[in-house]
Amino acid sequence: MFKAKIWKLGDDIDTDIILPTEYLAYETVEKMKPYAFSPLRPDLAAKIQPGDMIVAGHNFGCGSSREQAPEVVKALGVSCIVAKSYARIFFRNAINNGLLLIEQPDLYDEVSEGDVAEVFTGEEIKVNGKSYPIASLPDNLLEILEAGGLVKAMRKKNGLA
Amino acid sequence: MGHTLVEKIIGNKVGHEVKPGDIVTVPVDWCMIDDIMVPFAVQKFQEMGFAKVAKPDSVVLIYDHFLPATQVDDTRHFRVGDEFAEKYGIKNIHRTDGICHQLMTEAGYVKPGDIAFGTDSHTVTYGCVGAFATGIGYTEMAGILGTGELWVRVPESIKVEINGKLPKNVMSKDVILRIIGDLTASGATYQSIEFTGSTIDEMSIASRMTMSNMAVEAGAKCGLFTPDEKTCEYCNIPFDDSVKALNADEDAVYSKVLKYDAKDFVPVLACPSLVDNIHPVAEAKGTKVDQVFLGSCTNGRLEDLQTAAAILKGKHVAPFVKMIVTPASRKIYRQALSDGTLQTLSDAGCIITTPGCGLCCGRGGGILSDDEVVVATNNRNFLGRMGTSKVKIYLASPATAAATAIAGTITEA
Repeated sequence: MFKAKIWKLGDDIDTDIILPTEYLAYETVEKMKPYAFSPLRPDLAAKIQPGDMIVAGHNFGCGSSREQAPEVVKALGVSCIVAKSYARIFFRNAINNGLLLIEQPDLYDEVSEGDVAEVFTGEEIKVNGKSYPIASLPDNLLEILEAGGLVKAMRKKNGLA
Repeated sequence: MGHTLVEKIIGNKVGHEVKPGDIVTVPVDWCMIDDIMVPFAVQKFQEMGFAKVAKPDSVVLIYDHFLPATQVDDTRHFRVGDEFAEKYGIKNIHRTDGICHQLMTEAGYVKPGDIAFGTDSHTVTYGCVGAFATGIGYTEMAGILGTGELWVRVPESIKVEINGKLPKNVMSKDVILRIIGDLTASGATYQSIEFTGSTIDEMSIASRMTMSNMAVEAGAKCGLFTPDEKTCEYCNIPFDDSVKALNADEDAVYSKVLKYDAKDFVPVLACPSLVDNIHPVAEAKGTKVDQVFLGSCTNGRLEDLQTAAAILKGKHVAPFVKMIVTPASRKIYRQALSDGTLQTLSDAGCIITTPGCGLCCGRGGGILSDDEVVVATNNRNFLGRMGTSKVKIYLASPATAAATAIAGTITEA
């Protein structure tokens, strides 16, 4: 179980919002961090603390295939994202970077920014005394997530530490 | 039970029948890596510890987003790409030929029935020739470089059937925008869209590309057209039994079927700042514009430039409007040069730029600032895509774009 403070965003949070194109070519994700979510909430990246979670509506991560989007969210220390649904490329990219994504249809409508959630991975999320059931990921994705991302999973496959 | 087109393509490649929800590992025919993602894919490939690229001839590197370079760090991407290609025996590199999604079919790589992955979400474009093609991130691309394969979940399919003749000045862009509006930006998430019907049969490959290109704006994994004689002529292959077999069965099962009568379509806009915020052009008529952009992997093809030129011929772009025209590839640029299209556009006051992604991704010339309005033929109108987050981006067809440029206000062609 882990506890996480909630930052709340809306529906259709696209990858241009998560990280605009002009910052994509920065050599390191550290340099990109201050600009995460800047078109929508320029002050958000500075406020997010390691361990916090993002809660959003439908279609989180729609738009481009830029993997810098989940990488920068992971680099901000976000422990997980809980959304009603995800765009498919973002979903794969997040898992491949070891960023936990949880689909939950009801939680978004009933929580407020600043609330603190208790996450029991693969089981449930508790917020304000209410429990929200969550599903586990398919085995092949769980394997990648548990290895710490696709790079580590491939290194293992290639006989490297 | 019959199979949809995507089930057949994937089934052919893995050698057994598949159904939606199956997770299968597919061999990859084509890997497209664009310039933005090259250094990241290379870095991940190295971190994974692969000694060689599994199938160097399946890899295509294309420099398009950063060309010509506008920021000093951009050229690093070309350098890293060139070094990687040299070291691992990758011969397919396009340094100045145009937009990746135009080139992957135009230059003869992707054919009907192929499986292709690219580091850009508009990789779905290659569905125009009946290929299963979709966007992935650079870490997965690095994995494919090393292994030659990738896992996919076989998607459910949505069938979109359109019959009849489209009204004059309604383009395939108007059709796909309307469909996205009806499906919503997430209505096809994880699914394949199959386009079919007599209207589709009549469309050029270029018009079909506009539609497959935007399938991802409804969240789709791919947007597919059944390959026909036109497809084979475009791909320079015979229309033989193997191609004819790439056809959905009559009893294929769809999660949803949308049917349209072509005569009901009207010119539309995707209004700020969501691609599914669709309204008839007539509703926004009179809105003053600062700039018009004709180009991109959605609408930078010869027929798009010709349509705009026919409207602009003998007329002039409004004095306060900058109209930027960016052909999708060098081949298209040269065709438009030799048939007089570029002359007409230039005479009308258009700014004609080198082929590439240009303004679409906010990297090329033509960036806008607060409260400015742009009518653009590309595929996304997200906040901040072409400058500040207060720029208003309206997506439209080339015909609407040209008519708007002349009037200086949003206008139906």
